[in-house]
Amino acid sequence: MKAKIHVTLKNGVLDVQGKAVAAGLAGLGFPGIGDVRVGRYVEIELAAKDAAAAEAQAKQMCEKLLANTVIENYRIEIAG
Amino acid sequence: MKSAIVVFPGSNRENDAADAIERASGKRPAMVWHKDSELPEGLDLIVLPGGFSYGDYLRCGAMAARSPIMREVIARADKGTAVVGVCNGFQILCETGLLPGVLLSNSGLKFICRDVHLKVANSQTMFTHRYSAGQVVRFPVAHHDGNYFADPDTLKRLEDGDQIAFRYCTPDGETTTEGNPNGSIGNIAGVFNATKSVLGLMPHPENATDPATVGSLGGSLDGKPMFDAIVDALSK
Repeated sequence: MKAKIHVTLKNGVLDVQGKAVAAGLAGLGFPGIGDVRVGRYVEIELAAKDAAAAEAQAKQMCEKLLANTVIENYRIEIAG
Repeated sequence: MKSAIVVFPGSNRENDAADAIERASGKRPAMVWHKDSELPEGLDLIVLPGGFSYGDYLRCGAMAARSPIMREVIARADKGTAVVGVCNGFQILCETGLLPGVLLSNSGLKFICRDVHLKVANSQTMFTHRYSAGQVVRFPVAHHDGNYFADPDTLKRLEDGDQIAFRYCTPDGETTTEGNPNGSIGNIAGVFNATKSVLGLMPHPENATDPATVGSLGGSLDGKPMFDAIVDALSK
């Protein structure tokens, strides 16, 4: 099993990296750049037997280490 | 006073903290490596120093907060042992949950390395009782992620509980945007836990304690009262 985890800043939390990227894109001449939010993508191989067990494990990993839930949301996809 | 400094891979201000404590107490702290699972017995003070533990991987302080030694630090803190986290140490304390909130990247997108002015927000604690309320002090900062953030409920709890230790200000003591180097909410530079036994702050009081740096070098000795206060409170 593979867990694919997206960690993103919550709405309303200042994303300075996103702001820098937006400025960079505008500087390259791309028109119409709005808000840019930069997140983190984590892939984890798991020995779990089924998708439900893998998801439960990945959720714990997010809560304990991969995301700081004060400022970040996470989304988990499980692939076979 | 028996103290220890926890050293992580990437810590870099541990010797400055040790010097400041030695100047105030006459006794050198024990250095504890992050892979150790035990702290010395009978500690009065634990310091988490500045630096870039684990290369700031994942989030600043996130990896260090989950290292074996931090389980011990949390257990001691829960029993009332005093803990100070400076800069990266503050980030680690927030990541462990010993202190509320989190440190985001500086709002100006830049690493800031200079002196800042701070207003003492609570002078009634073991860390700050050698300052007067509202006193303006000058400490150096050196960070990229010092932008303190907490949700409105947490902020209210901090205000109501007198848990704000220092606020960034102008040299005249105005806690305005002009005096705020990194975008911290409410100009917050340092906070206490609810019982005031744990302090975290981004500026470096340990780098404002060396008499050799004052005068033409422009250093500050404003950090000395903090270490004197700690020694005062914890010496038996």
